[in-house]
Amino acid sequence: MLGKTAGSLFWMARYLERSENNARLIDAGFRIALTRSSTARSEWRSVLVTAGQDHYFRAAHGEDYTSQRVVDFMLRDPANPSSILSVVKRARDNARTARTYLTREVWEAVNTSWMTLGALLKRQVREDDLPDVLAAIRQQSALVRGAFGGTMLRNDGYNFSRIGTFLERADNTARILDVKYYLLLPSVAHIGTSIDNVQWETILRSVSAHRAYHWLYGTEISALKIAEFLILYRQMPRSLAFCCDQMNNNLGWLHRSYGEESEAVQMAAAMCRDRLSRPIQAIFDGGLHEFITDFLSANAALARQIERDYRFVE
Amino acid sequence: MLRGKGRGIQFFDEMVGQGGEVRSPYREYHDWFDREDAARIQRKAQQAEAFFRTTGITFNVYGEDEADERLIPFDVVPRIISAREWRRLSRGIEQRVRALNAFLHDVYHRQEILRAGRVPVELISRNEAFLPMMMGMDPPGGVYTHISGIDIVRTGPDEFYVLEDNARTPSGVSYMLENRETMLQMFPELFAKISVREVGDYPLNLLKSLSACAPPACNGTPTVAVLTPGIHNSAYFEHSFLADQMGAELVEGHDLRVVEGRVAMRTTQGYTPIDVLYRRVDDDFLDPLNFRPDSMLGVPGIWDVYRAGGITIANAPGTGIADDKALYSYMPDIIEFYTGEKALLPNVPTWRCSEPEHLKEVLARLPELVVKEVHGSGGYGMLVGPAASKKEIAAFRAKLEANPRNYIAQPTLSLSTVPIFTRTGLAPRHVDLRPFVLMSPQGITITPGGLTRVAMTKGSLVVNSSQGGGTKDTWVLED
Repeated sequence: MLGKTAGSLFWMARYLERSENNARLIDAGFRIALTRSSTARSEWRSVLVTAGQDHYFRAAHGEDYTSQRVVDFMLRDPANPSSILSVVKRARDNARTARTYLTREVWEAVNTSWMTLGALLKRQVREDDLPDVLAAIRQQSALVRGAFGGTMLRNDGYNFSRIGTFLERADNTARILDVKYYLLLPSVAHIGTSIDNVQWETILRSVSAHRAYHWLYGTEISALKIAEFLILYRQMPRSLAFCCDQMNNNLGWLHRSYGEESEAVQMAAAMCRDRLSRPIQAIFDGGLHEFITDFLSANAALARQIERDYRFVE
Repeated sequence: MLRGKGRGIQFFDEMVGQGGEVRSPYREYHDWFDREDAARIQRKAQQAEAFFRTTGITFNVYGEDEADERLIPFDVVPRIISAREWRRLSRGIEQRVRALNAFLHDVYHRQEILRAGRVPVELISRNEAFLPMMMGMDPPGGVYTHISGIDIVRTGPDEFYVLEDNARTPSGVSYMLENRETMLQMFPELFAKISVREVGDYPLNLLKSLSACAPPACNGTPTVAVLTPGIHNSAYFEHSFLADQMGAELVEGHDLRVVEGRVAMRTTQGYTPIDVLYRRVDDDFLDPLNFRPDSMLGVPGIWDVYRAGGITIANAPGTGIADDKALYSYMPDIIEFYTGEKALLPNVPTWRCSEPEHLKEVLARLPELVVKEVHGSGGYGMLVGPAASKKEIAAFRAKLEANPRNYIAQPTLSLSTVPIFTRTGLAPRHVDLRPFVLMSPQGITITPGGLTRVAMTKGSLVVNSSQGGGTKDTWVLED
């Protein structure tokens, strides 16, 4: 397949994943802002930092971290190149470029999602409508995912899309950890009062996993467990280890199909092996913050290597 | 066939005769329609619109915001052509396309038709689409016009005219296919009742036809690719649609480069040569080294590969001369010259404004004529006399006098009408027809029917989509 097309599929998947992740971040931020009006502003700021949008926000609105302003910014502000509206538009542009590699069902799902969200986000969303709008965003992405899983040939195009999805997802989970890591530091957890309930719930909600966490660990809430869950737990579809495994599978498929081991294949394997195959205590011992920073840069390097190895651009 | 200035002129309606009788090709459809609940058809028509939107069958209008993707209005009443009418049309179309191809070969080789004085030399030498670099070139298989669209209008029961030849990059075939697909989804029962000839095999025929024109350098199964200017082009939907249906790659200039004497596309595993390039970019943009240096759409060096037999370009560079509207007026002579037969399908009478006598007559009768730019397309830059204001006519007169060579004029035809579905029932609207023709060394294939364009506004004669025209599914009946 064309390198450009592979790149479009990769980016289509990344943008789709990003819009869903951002919707989830808004959801989590909105909840905490409702329950904690005193710290709402700093919570919103950390949401923006996690989404990588704080820089744009400050440039456009300074320190105005109110719920209404931030939510509108993240959903539809033209000053925000990563707003859900613009990310969905870019996903759709990439889908159009790669149209010949998508089934009719997938293309229609992406296109419908662009049209539906375009209509929903035409005007500023009222606070009481926000849950519905966020639900619609999640639902649209579920429709795309369903069409994708149910109709796409399992060829190289499929694998490039999947790599995009998991690379973006790993990036998102790592960023959440990056912004909130201080809450998980043993020093905090060990100071008498248990880790802030609302805070850790926010973290788990940002990855749609607070139920799963309880199901797995019962009522025990500990920084170590949460970090383990998000980083190493291979059955959690948003954990770093899960995403890394998936990327290895998809790159492995390309390796077998192309009969050539790219550097990216080796990098992804090394990422799993060197970073995610040790107990959580070892990660804490080496420094959680250092671990996350290192993971984020390895993940970004992998993305660049994939782009080079598979000739997305000349 | 000329439309007078006054009102009350009768147009030929393809469905209903003057006495109110339903013409035979439409009988079964009309019976069905009469029994059908209008509200149901209305609902279906709305569904069709939603269907087109979801599928992304939109086009971008030049000069408007790129986000503004528009739908071409689709009308649910089919345009129906009898088997007998189609036989006659397709014979005429085939003859015309053969002559066009022979003409192009001649112009780029011995130029016998110019020597014989049947076509004036200036018409070629001053033609912007003429490519001197094509002189003496033999395109693979001897084919210039791989894909052409012959625009046909009707004015009476047996009166068909060719309005225009499109040999450059005729568009609209995706609408023909999607219109049928939509009709099949909305009204499956109609197709069970009425035997309509298939159009869905067009993409496969296109692939076969292009593959049959593979260049000498090709070994094995030819690799076909579609070259598009990109997602912001107004016809991008069609480009991706055709590539998809053929199972061919959809490439842009920056996906291609010349590698070891072949034009190759950058794949995830390196560069792979292309044998046949169905390009949807104009000649000027094909090769920045040999044509327009500022073009980002083409492939540097493709021309040299082409000359050396390393790739087939469809349509061949330089075929645009056949789209010239001044040349059009010579088509009857061209057909006779190369086929030895009279043209089976007549031209619309045409005044060439470059000739003083003709110009004089045109200027005198401007309010009743249609005047077109020689190189124009898409309905831009034309004057429809009877529909224009005095001011518009005066402005056009000035343009015409300043540069008469740039224009031709034709009588305002009383284009036939076919009803469209409106809230208040069926209402006649003017139509034309663009059949699509494929040519390869193995022969000519014409898809039964083609794209019917319809002026959605009452009384309007302009059917171009860029001017608010719509489309209909076109049925050719089985014998």
